[in-house]
Amino acid sequence: MNGWPALDRFLRTDPRDVGCDQAMEMLHVYAELVAAGEPAEERYPGIAAHLQACGPCGEDFAGLLAAIRGEAR
Amino acid sequence: MPAGLDAESAGWVRALAGAGPRREAALARLHEMLVRIAHGEAARRGPRLRIAGPELDDLAYQAAADALVAITGKIGQFRGESRFTTWAYKFVIFEVSAKIGRHFWRHPAVRLDAEDWERLPGRFGADPAQQAEWGDLFAALRRAVDSELTLRQREVFVAIVLNDVPLDTLVTHLGSSRNAIYQVMFEARRKLRAALVAGGYLGHDTAGRS
Repeated sequence: MNGWPALDRFLRTDPRDVGCDQAMEMLHVYAELVAAGEPAEERYPGIAAHLQACGPCGEDFAGLLAAIRGEAR
Repeated sequence: MPAGLDAESAGWVRALAGAGPRREAALARLHEMLVRIAHGEAARRGPRLRIAGPELDDLAYQAAADALVAITGKIGQFRGESRFTTWAYKFVIFEVSAKIGRHFWRHPAVRLDAEDWERLPGRFGADPAQQAEWGDLFAALRRAVDSELTLRQREVFVAIVLNDVPLDTLVTHLGSSRNAIYQVMFEARRKLRAALVAGGYLGHDTAGRS
């Protein structure tokens, strides 16, 4: 494997990316949509773009989703 | 009380915004739920952390206690866009995240400003056996880091990319916010990619993103 694909993915930025503050503000709404199988990415593309690019926010999202799903079981 | 709340969420808001034994009971129940979620989250992240046992338990309890304070202080801001418990869990997840960041800041193994550029290709999975292929690319990246980035962007890039410092740990170190550091890194990534595309090292993006 060469370094291009991983480096290219890392450097690529999405202008729709809303940043951490906006994504975290709406994270509970977004996570509930995802847990319900709703098209959260279509409704909130800027949050989806951010969660893909930001490791810490993506990790918080994964944690919240796990918490919701754990409660549902 | 926000309009259109589900019955359970409305019950939480009514109890927590009230007073007396009913509020106390709601606080105790919420705290119990937050401790459970904090433990679950700490355990979920645990395998990738150098924290375990009593230290991890302590972190979870502190996160739950701080989340409870935040939730009761902000109960008036709950707009009913989700279930109350989902909104509340968000606070405890954030507290676990922040406490893990601060934990690593105190960890002596975290290196913030050393610059070992030899590690850069490995960060992106480049195979040492194919150095002839990617050597020019990473040399160009290093030149771009030096020529294109501001001092602040360079500092953040070196810490996060070269030294593998968690972003939340860097936030603690710099006394900044996650959003501010992310925006610095976002702009650094955009500039570096533009430089590599201009130099012919990376292709133009056909999806219209930069």
